Amino acid sequence: MTRNSSRNEPLLVRGLLICVALSYLGLFLGAPLVTVFAEAWAKGPETYFKALGQADSLAAIRLTLITAAIAVPINLVFGLCASWAIAKFEFKGKSLLMTLIDLPFSVSPVISGLVFVLLFGLQGWFGPFLAEHGIKLLFAVPGIVLATVFVTFPFVARELIPLMQEQGREEEEAALMLGASGWQCFWHITLPNAKWGLMYGVLLCNARAMGEFGAVSVVSGHIRGLTNTMPLHVEILYNEYNFVAAFAVATLLAALALLTLVAKSLMEWRFAAELNSTRRL
Amino acid sequence: MTVLAHRFREPSVIPGFGITLGVTLAALGLVVLIPLSALFLKAAGLGFSGFIATAFDSRAMAAYGLSFGAALVAALVNLFFGTLVAWVLVRYRFAGKRLLDALIDLPFALPTAVAGIALTTLFAPNGAFGAFLEPLGIKVAFTRLGVILAMIFIGLPFVVRSVQPVLEDLESEVEEAAASLGASRLQTLWLVVLPSLLPALISGFALAFVRAVGEYGSIIFIAGNMPGQTEIAPLLIIIKLEQYNYAGATAIASVMLIISFVLLFVINRLQHWRQSRMEGR
Repeated sequence: MTRNSSRNEPLLVRGLLICVALSYLGLFLGAPLVTVFAEAWAKGPETYFKALGQADSLAAIRLTLITAAIAVPINLVFGLCASWAIAKFEFKGKSLLMTLIDLPFSVSPVISGLVFVLLFGLQGWFGPFLAEHGIKLLFAVPGIVLATVFVTFPFVARELIPLMQEQGREEEEAALMLGASGWQCFWHITLPNAKWGLMYGVLLCNARAMGEFGAVSVVSGHIRGLTNTMPLHVEILYNEYNFVAAFAVATLLAALALLTLVAKSLMEWRFAAELNSTRRL
Repeated sequence: MTVLAHRFREPSVIPGFGITLGVTLAALGLVVLIPLSALFLKAAGLGFSGFIATAFDSRAMAAYGLSFGAALVAALVNLFFGTLVAWVLVRYRFAGKRLLDALIDLPFALPTAVAGIALTTLFAPNGAFGAFLEPLGIKVAFTRLGVILAMIFIGLPFVVRSVQPVLEDLESEVEEAAASLGASRLQTLWLVVLPSLLPALISGFALAFVRAVGEYGSIIFIAGNMPGQTEIAPLLIIIKLEQYNYAGATAIASVMLIISFVLLFVINRLQHWRQSRMEGR
């Protein structure tokens, strides 16, 4: 590779810039990550596993898994529908629709929880009706799932729409002309083409669904063993000065985050390789 | 039905427009639009003077001041260092670059509560960084500085991720031309590279700012939460909710939402205007 001097800084400047970037990322990303694991293991592995094995911790882990298992598929179906409609057709009001889909990104998590309290709380629109029929949404699992769906709403659609727009619709049109049905077209052409974007969107959606704190905190009611998700359980343990246990539960969430980043990087490299090979053809 | 549909969309052989758009609009309405409109209707129900009285009392004003002020500082810090990091990642080669690149998205993937307790532990007076800063008279945890720090963490990926692709696509010829015409390296960067990065810088800055304004989970642990001093606006919403003061919570949430939406709208228009002007030239 030839280096062009007009596009390069002197070695000293280069080294300095790299050092500044490394310290910035080390301070804000590296140090907190190391702290989580160091604090959790500070009193040895026995305390660590004991903290994780507590009934309340296990209940929190279960609730988090259930929430993600409901919220992620809902947003997956929505994301696929939205990206099909937006990427494969031209219609009026498309950019407005895309702006509305992105809306939950710019809403504070606390406000995302608040809107469901206003809808389903006792003073809310549907509160009296729900109370009359003995349906409990708020301070129960359905409320937690709803708030999570709201917060993670744009994730899959946002990854898929630009990807599918870039891929255009010629391939689908050709398949349809040759007699494929709409479903065949989707399964054999659209889905394989969009699989990396889809997987990345699902991964991010899942990470956020399992880690959401503010919105879930507002609608959960913080009932130990019943409506506590993992992030909420971390908060309770921390506020009780049970730091080792708090960080022990936190390591699970941090491991999930790291796993998400690793999978994302692998996909990006894979995807880049695939792009290069198709370009070469 | 088909006649009606054709009026607002271009005809296409691809099937499934009606059903996918239908699902999209239904999900968007149920999950996002109805809940958000509940918030604004509730706020409208307070009446003008009631709204002003609850939304702008002295405690609320202090909270807005902290949330928006600290978010502005944090976004500016990220604007500078984010650009630097993007530059280093795109232009230079060094060991561990890929790892660093993958790590940038950590604040997206790491649950905010986990980040919050980790940052607090690091910067508490007896923490790894706190113990070092305390003798110098710098207090971070439980002060406004802590709020800014948490906001820097949460907004870190936005500027990097919006600048990075633009920097990668930048044609080397432009810089070479500037250099061969006698521009110094700094002149080239300031007059040639920076203007082409401007739209990416603006949108990265805006996204980091809006995210920091609404952030809750990573801040409440490190902030100290003293009313009027280190109490952020999202926390004030939660406090009002815990006192069953739904009106107060709604008023503060509406103010935050309106400011964020207006800001995003202005930036969107600005980008649009810039783009059309560039194309017109």
